[in-house]
Amino acid sequence: MSGPAPKERRRADCSGPPGRPFWTGRRREALAGYLFVAPQLIGSAVFVLLPLILVFWYSLHEWNVLAGSFEFTGTDNYDQLLNDPSLPGVLTATAVFSVGLVLLNLSLALWLALMLNRRLAGTTFFRTVFFSPVVVSLVAWTIVWRFLLQENGGVNGLLDVFGMTGPNWLRGEFTAMLSVIVVQVFKNVGLNMVLFLAALQGVPRELYEAATMDGAGRWTRFVRITVPMISPTILLTSIITVVGSLQVFAQIDVLTSGGPGTSTTVLVYYLYQQAFQFHHFGYGATLSVLLFAIVFVLTFVQWQLRKKWVFHEQ
Amino acid sequence: MAAATLAGLLTLTACGGSGSGGDPDAPVSLRVAVWTANDDHLALFDEIADAYIAEHPRVEKITFDPLPFDGYTTALTTQIAGGNAPDLAWIFESSAPDFVSSGALVPLDEVLTGTEGYAFEDLLPATTELWREDDQLFAYPFSTSPFAVFANLDLLAEAGVPAPGEMTGAGEWTWDEVIGAASTVAGQTGASGMVIRDFDYTGWDYLATLWTGWDAQAWDESSQCGFDRPEMVGAMTFLHEAVFERGAMPGPGTSADFFAGEAAYTVTQISRASLLEEAGFAWDMVPLPAGPAGEYAVIGQAGLGVLRVGDHPEIAADFLAHFTAPENSARLAEYFPPPRESQLTAETLAQTNPLLSAEQLQDTVVAGIAGGVVKPSHLGQEQIAQTVRAQLDALWKPGADVPAVLGDVCASVQPLLDR
Repeated sequence: MSGPAPKERRRADCSGPPGRPFWTGRRREALAGYLFVAPQLIGSAVFVLLPLILVFWYSLHEWNVLAGSFEFTGTDNYDQLLNDPSLPGVLTATAVFSVGLVLLNLSLALWLALMLNRRLAGTTFFRTVFFSPVVVSLVAWTIVWRFLLQENGGVNGLLDVFGMTGPNWLRGEFTAMLSVIVVQVFKNVGLNMVLFLAALQGVPRELYEAATMDGAGRWTRFVRITVPMISPTILLTSIITVVGSLQVFAQIDVLTSGGPGTSTTVLVYYLYQQAFQFHHFGYGATLSVLLFAIVFVLTFVQWQLRKKWVFHEQ
Repeated sequence: MAAATLAGLLTLTACGGSGSGGDPDAPVSLRVAVWTANDDHLALFDEIADAYIAEHPRVEKITFDPLPFDGYTTALTTQIAGGNAPDLAWIFESSAPDFVSSGALVPLDEVLTGTEGYAFEDLLPATTELWREDDQLFAYPFSTSPFAVFANLDLLAEAGVPAPGEMTGAGEWTWDEVIGAASTVAGQTGASGMVIRDFDYTGWDYLATLWTGWDAQAWDESSQCGFDRPEMVGAMTFLHEAVFERGAMPGPGTSADFFAGEAAYTVTQISRASLLEEAGFAWDMVPLPAGPAGEYAVIGQAGLGVLRVGDHPEIAADFLAHFTAPENSARLAEYFPPPRESQLTAETLAQTNPLLSAEQLQDTVVAGIAGGVVKPSHLGQEQIAQTVRAQLDALWKPGADVPAVLGDVCASVQPLLDR
């Protein structure tokens, strides 16, 4: 009986090299680190990674919830995806919503941050006013806006004061999409505004003073100093807003239910309809794989493009 | 994250389970999905359930779980998908074909006929038709509620319009006359005229309460689309004119609540009469107006079924037999018109519906249930409903080409009806 080699035996009984304790400070630190991140890792694995794997698995099945059947159908759902006559319209609506939301949200948030970054009386009050919708319940916010946007609602009442006749906002294809975008912008613009404010307050004032002495005007200072200096925040807010824009659901459900026609049926809402209203859970899972792919690609592209325009990145 | 959210919901299915477990003596809890959250309704349900529990020691708890009316079926199917199916569920008539044909429900004939004193043959065939397949009953027609017209007599008087009783007596209770009166009220009082409740330019199936008067159907028994047929074109043209030319109905995007005194007439089910308990105005309830095709009635139905994937389907079916037995059906008739022939009389209903007169109950409820058609429903109803809703959106604007829009509806929906 020769038994394991001495080195292997040391590993097996965790005794470490002779003269050195196993629980060195480095190992204790590493263990502490792993324990600290363990809850997050376990949470991500159980509630993000596992569902992502399962949803892909479900996308390969025909799943009739009422009948209780669950049959493997291979790529049938993906074939349906490629031939779905509704999908081009859905993707177009999704793109229109995302582009509109991102452009409007970021530009308004940046403009508000620039306005409220001044040392003037009342800026704290206005910062609070613009941020407060962020903490309001999304559904409650949207329901209030649904009443305001009715033909005889508050928005048209306000227009009427100025002698204008407003449209039936939620019943016209263009105005319905515009309404959904604007409602969502007002809901979340405060969050991006606060992030921009924090970034603006980190820009050294000396840069502006030096540029002013060199004769740079307001626009030049904004383009050559402000934008580069806050570009990491612009990257962050643009990623958050793009991803958020692709996940819009409650606003569509409450305001338009995807209409009029299918003009505001964006991908998440279509996914919801297929899975939970039409009971096509397998195809719904396939659509969620498509959504995941779109989010992944857009985020990856944004992350790669940062090298070209984000100032602090090397 | 949206994908992950869906995935998370779907994942629950893998973790969910059904089955009654191995121990035949283990305590049992039943859960019933309902869409009413009315305290009086729930109190009555609990009383009936408590009596059942007292006779069945193994059943320790029966819970009535209200789900929101909006999105009820979606919430129910999500619970089923998530492995958290209730034991029994109310089911809308619009979902009946999906639930009955899918095998989601337990057949009930055996347990109901085998329950002593149940009087299964007392159930009116007209009320069970929607819930039958292959000569088996898959849900009990828990509530059969005809649609009627409620009228705000104060608003009518203010506008100088005759009350429905007078119009009926004069043989003028027709859609054309009613829309004319509604137009007058809207013009003279500033209130709205006629509101088809729950339609709101999305719930188009509620328009069956109008188009049936033209002898129109959304689809026929062989699943052929009926939207492009002359009867439907006539009905929808009439409706379009009532909204956009005669101003008799609030347009899309404008809300008016009859029960808050904001409209002269509303079409809704008689079970809504309870909302008028503290109405600040005089009112009347009468049958639907006659259309060009004559007099008619439309009914909405709720079925109560036992879900096959529930934990205790046999016990749940036994409880259903208790819950809907003659004596409990009579108690439930206070709120839900019963499907039993012996109990469907004005006298019985009057005892438990103090707001309605015997005449109203006879003309609207008894006659409506006996001769009414059920709101449209079809296999794959939700997808059909969304498709029709999307196409009909083109109709709800001034100057719409009614026949063209209705032709588009059929072009879109016929493939779904053919499945």
